[in-house]
Amino acid sequence: MTAHDSSTVGSALVKRGLADMLRGGVIMDVVNPEQARVAEDAGAVAVMALERVPADIRRDGGVARMSDPQMIQEIQAAVTIPVMAKARIGHFAEAQILQALGVDYVDESEVLTPADEENHIDKWAFTVPFVCGATNLGEALRRIGEGACMIRSKGEAGTGNVVEAVRHLRTINAQMRRLASADEAELYALAKDLQAPLPLVREVAETGHLPVPLFCAGGLATPADASLVMQLGAEAVFVGSGIFKSEDPRRMAEAIVEATTHYRDADALAKVSTGLGAAMRGAEVASLEQRLAERGW
Amino acid sequence: MVAVGVLALQGDVREHAAALGDLGHEARWVRRPSDLLGLRGLIIPGGESTTMARLLVTSGLREPLGDAIATDLSVFGTCAGLIMLARHVLDGRSDQWSFGALDVTVRRNGYGRQVASFETTVRVAGIGDVPGVFIRAPRIVATGEGVDVLASHDHGDGPAPVLVRQGRHWGCSFHPELTDSRAIHAAFVASL
Repeated sequence: MTAHDSSTVGSALVKRGLADMLRGGVIMDVVNPEQARVAEDAGAVAVMALERVPADIRRDGGVARMSDPQMIQEIQAAVTIPVMAKARIGHFAEAQILQALGVDYVDESEVLTPADEENHIDKWAFTVPFVCGATNLGEALRRIGEGACMIRSKGEAGTGNVVEAVRHLRTINAQMRRLASADEAELYALAKDLQAPLPLVREVAETGHLPVPLFCAGGLATPADASLVMQLGAEAVFVGSGIFKSEDPRRMAEAIVEATTHYRDADALAKVSTGLGAAMRGAEVASLEQRLAERGW
Repeated sequence: MVAVGVLALQGDVREHAAALGDLGHEARWVRRPSDLLGLRGLIIPGGESTTMARLLVTSGLREPLGDAIATDLSVFGTCAGLIMLARHVLDGRSDQWSFGALDVTVRRNGYGRQVASFETTVRVAGIGDVPGVFIRAPRIVATGEGVDVLASHDHGDGPAPVLVRQGRHWGCSFHPELTDSRAIHAAFVASL
């Protein structure tokens, strides 16, 4: 698409480029303008505008859909940082609406109820960039093949339990290391095993990393959780229920921002972790009725 | 060889470090006041200016970095980095502060939201054509007398400066670090 004579909008470079700008930062789920301002004050690099945080979606049940455009617009008006919003898996019409609203990133998210059980959104067809969740490398590369410009671990949203996010990050990283040590002849079978496009498999084998930034989401609740996943190779973190379900959201938000920047500095981590009040209560993954990470394929 | 660093609190630090590496400089990642010792040049990368501003305060860097910029450190800000160097910032938060090293006025997101982010070609004085990647870019809407405009871009609504220099400090609206061109980084490093 041509914006003006010599300019192009919506290229892979500008779409992936915004993800690059968010690296080292914290993206926070917010449900109203007040929370959005708390997030921005605390140093969030972006907010995810949604009607209910995952913990409440889990509690309430029912079909979870794209948020009300009015609520998204109120949040856009409240902050200067990028605003993201979620569309259901495969629901390209919700994504079209979010693009028309001018949201800065669309999360095609397993936290909402899927709209298509076979196909994800063709994300190349959009000017707005997309982030998608993944539990392993094959899933990540399939999403990138569909045009995702940022990958996040799925984790298990709304649990305050980081165990699934750690599993997904470690799996993706281990599978990338395997590709990096493979010889050319092995890549065909590895692509088949991963069920991923061969050109992307080859690219990961050559570079050792995904062609788009890899962020972490799903169950993060403390500064230590942020440090853990950053040390495991995440380039930024999403915190959903973990902030506004904690006892003192403002302090928790500030502390997680600090921890994400100084994630290797244990003295700094000790300082920001002190006196934060209670983190969100959280849940054992084994006790869940619905595993959100199993949505999408 | 002069010591050059990248402010590494948040943003696309790695790309700037890689650009400096290509030019033969091992970039120092600056996160704490002690990282400023002996530094001659510092790049403030792209990212979110509100996040960087907060982390500069909590990391104890705001004062020592401000002092260094005012005395002998040369800084080059791209995108959010430009905002951190601009004397006046429009459409920012009410409490938005900056180092004020460049006598320019910038409008945050002055080219629009992400869906309006664009790629183009920018002609730079003394360098030639370079790729210009503008991502939620700040727009320079006014420049003071001591500011040299090294490149402008007309986005269909009149030309605006996109690369400026004032004495030893540089700023640009776009992201040379996201492309293969090293020309602007080379010019900054050569000026140190």
